Amino acid sequence: MPLRYGSETAEHLAVRRAAGLFDLSHMGEIAVGGPDAAAALDHALTGQLSAVAPGRARYTMMCAEDGGVVDDLVVYRTGDQEFLVVANASNTAVVGAELRRRSAGFDARIDDQTDDYALVAIQGPEAAGILAPLTDVDLSALKYYAGRRGSVAGRPAWLARTGYTGEDGFEIFSGPDDAEPIWNALASAGKAAGVVPAGLAARDTLRLEAGMPLYGNELGPDVTPYDAGLGRVVKLEKPDGFVGAAALAERATAEPRKVLTGLTLTTRRVPRHGYAVLANGRECGIVTSGASSPTLGIPIAMVYLEPAAIRDPKPALAVDIRGRAEPADPTDLPFYRRSRA
Amino acid sequence: MSVPAELRYTTEHEWVAVDGPTATVGITDFAARSLGDVVYVSLPAEGAAVTAEEPCGEVESTKSVSDLYSPVDGEVTDINADLEDDPGLVNADPYGAGWMFKVRLATGTGEADLPPGLLSPAEYEELTKESD
Repeated sequence: MPLRYGSETAEHLAVRRAAGLFDLSHMGEIAVGGPDAAAALDHALTGQLSAVAPGRARYTMMCAEDGGVVDDLVVYRTGDQEFLVVANASNTAVVGAELRRRSAGFDARIDDQTDDYALVAIQGPEAAGILAPLTDVDLSALKYYAGRRGSVAGRPAWLARTGYTGEDGFEIFSGPDDAEPIWNALASAGKAAGVVPAGLAARDTLRLEAGMPLYGNELGPDVTPYDAGLGRVVKLEKPDGFVGAAALAERATAEPRKVLTGLTLTTRRVPRHGYAVLANGRECGIVTSGASSPTLGIPIAMVYLEPAAIRDPKPALAVDIRGRAEPADPTDLPFYRRSRA
Repeated sequence: MSVPAELRYTTEHEWVAVDGPTATVGITDFAARSLGDVVYVSLPAEGAAVTAEEPCGEVESTKSVSDLYSPVDGEVTDINADLEDDPGLVNADPYGAGWMFKVRLATGTGEADLPPGLLSPAEYEELTKESD
């Protein structure tokens, strides 16, 4: 996936206003199947995958014993005893190895199928209209976070209404040789509607505006889902426990060590990953992701703050942008929420 | 990628056009393409003294921030105020509407007096090939 095809700002805005095409074939796909597949995933991940109906998807995480995030995942239940775990590219090998280790004693197969899949996404308000004539899947019956096996441009695919942009959209998992015809069919069918190919830079600003965390920025081994404000993905009530449950149960009730927060800035200068956040001039946190928001026209950032930094009496916040303290205002995530028709 | 023949260049990817006692400065097409979409340009103040090979501003793009170096010694006489509202001019027209600032040269009144470290178009083109 290239950083950009043309102007990343234009690509970003096209996804917000029309649609963008993404080549996400770098993502990892790990199939988990067998009579105990659901039980094995319940044990290995923070979510309750056994409660997910076939044809539905769940955003979840794999945590270490100490509660740190190994990876954030989207898991599709592709059949009664079949799941497809989608992992970040750089974590796929670790996630696959951990799934194998954690499924010991379960009657479940773990099969890293990353090389068997290409992944094309079409995201944006026009996505459904562009895709509908090219597929036999009834998109009007396909809910958000649902998937179906079907054909796209005459090629077999797993078609899911998921994405990472804050817009309506679809992810199309196909065989590697089928991706190019699928891509070309979508590009051609979407031309009049303004669909453009979009790169990694646009993908990053889109997910940042939508308040979605990125592994390596907001998520990592020293972060728990609670720190990231994603405690909802941890199902402590699962009857048989899971890897990391004890540490996470402790974190669930403890004072958070840090809080993931949004900041907006009044300057035009851009807060970037790793810059310090100041409260009344004292360092109180760090920028994990920052950009000039193409949709809002102002600099935005996701930051981890000491909890006191957003409690009353609220201190004056600033981001240290290369030696100059630039005033910043805390704001709830996401920065951008699409208007639903 | 364009490298106009009438300009001189720096190793930091600025271009400079000399017209009598005045030099006009911007960043090259190569730089603009490498940076991606420029979202903010911080320029030196009018009247400020600038020194060759020293930073005098910064160029922020979607993915990175770079120092802006002055190619010459002198005093800033004008800055491109249009970049405040439309920093994308740097990408759209780096050698024209995307110019950044003008300098009254401290030494002499022409090319012969320019700092010796500036590159010819051929030398600059060579540099960009090396960094590809």
